Amino acid sequence: MKKMKKTSKNSTKKNLELLVLTLPAIIAYFIFNYIPMFGAIIAFKDYKAPKGILGSAWNGLENFKFFFTSQDAWRITRNTVGYALIFIVVNLVAGVFVALLLYEVRSRRALKFYQTSMMLPRFLSWVIVGYITYTLLSPTMGIFNQIIEMFGGQPVDWYSKVSAWPWILILTNTWKVIGLNSIMYYAALMGIDKAYFEAAEIDGANRFQQIIHISLPSIKPLMIVLTLLAFGNIFRGDFGLFYVIPRDVGVLYPATDIIDTYVYRGLRTGNLGITAAVGLFQSLVGFVMIVTMNGIVRKVEPDSALF
Amino acid sequence: MSVVKKKRITYRTWINLYFIIMSITFILPFLLIVSASLTNEDILAKEGFKIIPPFIDWTGYKYVFSNVSEILRAYAVTTFQAFFGTFLSVLVMTLCAYPLSRKDFKFRKPITFFVFFTMLFNGGLIPTYLLNYKYLHLGNTIWIYILPTLCSAFYIIIFRTFFQGLPISLVESAKLDGASEIRIFFQIILPLSKPVLATVALLTLLTKWNDWYTSLIYITDSNLYTLQFLLKRILQEVEFLRYMANNTPPGIDLSYLEDMPVETLKFAMCIIAAGPMLLVFPFFQKYFAKGLTVGSVKG
Repeated sequence: MKKMKKTSKNSTKKNLELLVLTLPAIIAYFIFNYIPMFGAIIAFKDYKAPKGILGSAWNGLENFKFFFTSQDAWRITRNTVGYALIFIVVNLVAGVFVALLLYEVRSRRALKFYQTSMMLPRFLSWVIVGYITYTLLSPTMGIFNQIIEMFGGQPVDWYSKVSAWPWILILTNTWKVIGLNSIMYYAALMGIDKAYFEAAEIDGANRFQQIIHISLPSIKPLMIVLTLLAFGNIFRGDFGLFYVIPRDVGVLYPATDIIDTYVYRGLRTGNLGITAAVGLFQSLVGFVMIVTMNGIVRKVEPDSALF
Repeated sequence: MSVVKKKRITYRTWINLYFIIMSITFILPFLLIVSASLTNEDILAKEGFKIIPPFIDWTGYKYVFSNVSEILRAYAVTTFQAFFGTFLSVLVMTLCAYPLSRKDFKFRKPITFFVFFTMLFNGGLIPTYLLNYKYLHLGNTIWIYILPTLCSAFYIIIFRTFFQGLPISLVESAKLDGASEIRIFFQIILPLSKPVLATVALLTLLTKWNDWYTSLIYITDSNLYTLQFLLKRILQEVEFLRYMANNTPPGIDLSYLEDMPVETLKFAMCIIAAGPMLLVFPFFQKYFAKGLTVGSVKG
């Protein structure tokens, strides 16, 4: 009896000690993540800066109505989701393709060189990638226009040519993320037991058949998980890519404006109520997408589900 | 037999050729900005960007270093926020992850959910901005770089997963010796966690070093610009460069004033800002593979 009491006292003390360790994180999360969640009520208010969030008058769904009936709604939703879908496909196909080829490289030094060069963009900020795209696209000095002129063509003012931007953004994004992406798939390929390939070779399977029957099925779980997780973020774009690379040029908005850049501009112009409504719309759809995708992951690949 | 071998060599050669071309597309653009920073402004204007400059011209760098205070300040801000911010982040996140790794911790489930939920839902930019700027008055302070991004749920989960893999018997025997939880954490858990600490610290450092978004949103005081944000402004604003020219210290030839090497200067600064991360790049590389394996282990 006496002993039990001591243990329970010890366990209370232990739990308290452990709780204290988590406190800094709990406080930080409460202030910087949970309070803004409640602050999202501003989306339902006619926000006036002097009155503050709580003091401003309620206006129901007016902000949402205003946004959804504006012509921006379709444009930014289309761009956000459209680019996300394209990136999902390109990242999957390119990542797996490069990983499969990397797997065939036998020289360790060559392998290291290829991987290192592909990872280089991952270490550069979007701003510096912006400088790089500028050296390529600058209307007067850019490499692209030099090449076009070399073949006798007319130089193009890329920063006002809307139709070129989907391609520029897709290429830039692939360039920046393919290193990490392919290395993840490569790591998965390395995990395959070599005996499978040896057995297949004895059975007379060529490299291509080995890829179809061994490599791809083995990395399928990773492909599924990464893709589904990307689907969860379909309503979120990379602000750096869409803001810095096109240099926030207004003419290009039809091809470059996404929810994130739109919300940022709303913050700058002081349209806080409507912009907060757009932000909340984004968060809510994102939440539903992530939970749905996780549900699917749990069905397909129970071990890989986030929660 | 020899035919098969020969065939294999050619097929590998094609793959290597493919990767060599691909590597060039990753390295050349970077060489392009190095070259631009070393090209004479007139030649740049006349002939455009080149992979190899016709001759090396240091004017851009001379300009940057003739009015170095702006950059030094941005370097100081970036260094402080990146290193101190990373230190605090890792400390707070590991402190939180350790109890969550303990199956015998009573509040494990609710706190895990509390942390995890932030990955699923957020208030959005506007409420966050109003809170930080208007209510907490963090705008135009160095703390805006450090406090709101203190914890990342993703990294907490990675830490927790790693700690769970450590033998629990270590903790139990230390407890029998009368060690407190905090002592166990600092003297037993942390020293055993160097790989995961290094991985997350490096990733956090990288993110913080490359951060320009926080300055964009919260900073108007140019003394508090980060390096990347300063760069971003320079890329788009020529006025800033004029300002630098007007503040050229005596002793520098003022005839440059009219035709300031705007383009060259931009790229010289770009190289100076990218430098430190590229120097630690190989070091990062080493830990990256490890980090990926840690990250993919399910919690």
